[in-house]
Amino acid sequence: MIRFAWLQFRMQAAVALAALAVVAVALAVTGPHVAHLYDVSGIATCQARGNCGPLISSFQSKLDAEKIDQFLYFLGIGAMFVVPAIIGMFWGAPLVTRELETGSFRLAWTQGVTRTRWLAVKLGVVGLGAMATAGLFSLMLTWWSSPIDTAAGLKTGNSISFIRLGLVQFATRGITPIGYAAFAFTLGVTTGVLIRRTIPAMAATLAAFTFIQIVMPLWIRPHLISPAHRTVALTTANISGLAEFGNSSLTVMPPASANPAGAWILSTQTIDNAGHVFNAATISACRDSNFRACGAGLGRLHLTDLITYQPASRFWAFQWYETAIFLALAVILTGVCCWRIRRRIS
Amino acid sequence: MTAVLEASGLGKKYGRRWALRECTLAVPAGRVVGLVGPNGAGKTTLLHLAVGLLAPTSGTIAVFGGRPADGSTQLGRVGFVAQDAPVYARLTIADHLRAGAWLNPGWDSALANGRIEQLGLDPRQRAGSLSGGQRAQLALTLAIAKRPELLILDEPIASLDPLARREFLQDLMEIVAEYGVSVVLSSHLIADLERVCDYLVVLVASRVQLAGDVGALLASHHRLSGLRRDPSTLPANQEVIEARHTDKQSTLLVRTEAPVLDPAWIVKPVSLEDLVLAYMRRPGGTERTRRSALGVVS
Repeated sequence: MIRFAWLQFRMQAAVALAALAVVAVALAVTGPHVAHLYDVSGIATCQARGNCGPLISSFQSKLDAEKIDQFLYFLGIGAMFVVPAIIGMFWGAPLVTRELETGSFRLAWTQGVTRTRWLAVKLGVVGLGAMATAGLFSLMLTWWSSPIDTAAGLKTGNSISFIRLGLVQFATRGITPIGYAAFAFTLGVTTGVLIRRTIPAMAATLAAFTFIQIVMPLWIRPHLISPAHRTVALTTANISGLAEFGNSSLTVMPPASANPAGAWILSTQTIDNAGHVFNAATISACRDSNFRACGAGLGRLHLTDLITYQPASRFWAFQWYETAIFLALAVILTGVCCWRIRRRIS
Repeated sequence: MTAVLEASGLGKKYGRRWALRECTLAVPAGRVVGLVGPNGAGKTTLLHLAVGLLAPTSGTIAVFGGRPADGSTQLGRVGFVAQDAPVYARLTIADHLRAGAWLNPGWDSALANGRIEQLGLDPRQRAGSLSGGQRAQLALTLAIAKRPELLILDEPIASLDPLARREFLQDLMEIVAEYGVSVVLSSHLIADLERVCDYLVVLVASRVQLAGDVGALLASHHRLSGLRRDPSTLPANQEVIEARHTDKQSTLLVRTEAPVLDPAWIVKPVSLEDLVLAYMRRPGGTERTRRSALGVVS
């Protein structure tokens, strides 16, 4: 049965291999240059000398000048997001549904192999192919962008950064893409088995997977490990600015150095000396953008900033958790498929 | 007489509609069984239940005494060609034969390759480019090369042209003679079945109306014609299947095991086609169902 599953999968496997080969060539050609820029930047030893900030900025601006590197960095992230969705749509959804539509399941299920085994082997062969494809892609991408990720991880600051624990980057590095691929694939197979028509199943797979891709980083990942907190005393001298949340809420931003390097900042709150959340909009000078008077006024209030964050050191813990979650979901979906194929389908 | 296929009170419901109901049937071994009935009578449902593609809603069905498709041994004992002979369009004939060998422990590759060669098919040809007749032959080859004890064919010849139809049935007869396999094949074309079947099951409006040895069925049915007469005045052992009357004359199709001795009748034998059509036309028949044959899905 494994050979039969391979016989049906070999064309798709060849396409995947060809795509991986193209990616490998593109990254192998440009990767050494990115690594070279990093090596000559002196970032590797900057922590001992305490001059990381300017060295990283210089490294990043050199990268920005290399349009091809910048392009590949973002293309890699985009492609890594799309690959599991494509796997789910084009490998998952048609896997059983195409057989139901063409009637060939009546041929397959009357051979000397039970349909449970038929499904299990097909899921195994194509599922492992999906995981291998995503895994290899992620391995290459993680290698290629590791100088950029390392540099970003050393930089302190509250701007949108290029850290690997970032909202967007995280799922395109390390081992989580394997989990995403396994999940997207089984999601495709399951929607196919439930809807029983290939094109609607592909659309449903795309919609459901995209939804999960949005929900996971925004609402689930931050809570996988309870976040760390840090408080910073705010003085007239170290306030870096005001951040507006909603219409009438102004948060006082701490200095960039207050944010732990490489950390995923979940929230920043201003707390007054009574322990309550402080809204800078209550001070008219701040509301009217009179920054000098506002800063002076705030400095007298003995405010502190509460930073809620996930430290950079938790990257691999998050990687394992998220991978495990998606693999567990894939196992559940596999169970649903098996149950459905055994019980209902004719 | 051992039964290859035994159904008892078998029923299959789709939503609220019964596609097959109260089907009790025993198909003896070593026979070529024709399953006839109008479109939508439940033939395909019955065959899918027999190969385990469907599970019954009520009652039981057994193949060689076991549940259909229950494990690889059971699957190996039954060869099946589904309606329209589905194959994998993108795989070649050779791929199909290789897959057959991988999936079936009892695969006879000499038989499979020999048949493909005999049919004049190129093993490198994709199955999607075969004609309907060639595809049916490929599907039959796959079904027979696993060396089943029972071969089940669902409307195997419906989509074939008359020449391909004849060749297919001829090949089937050769296979039966050579390997002693029992066959169940469905069709709504009685004329074709007449040539090959020695056992007949008539399915109308989701119920079995008639089942039996073709010779015995022909021997026990007679067409009587004579002066107009009320069918209820016939002897008790003569069951009227169909009655037609003109002003002066009555023509009846009766079933009886005893000879018809009444000199008022002219007694003629019936053809299999007339016999089957009479049962198909019978409103509800012995099962007293008022369903139309057309209102039921197969």
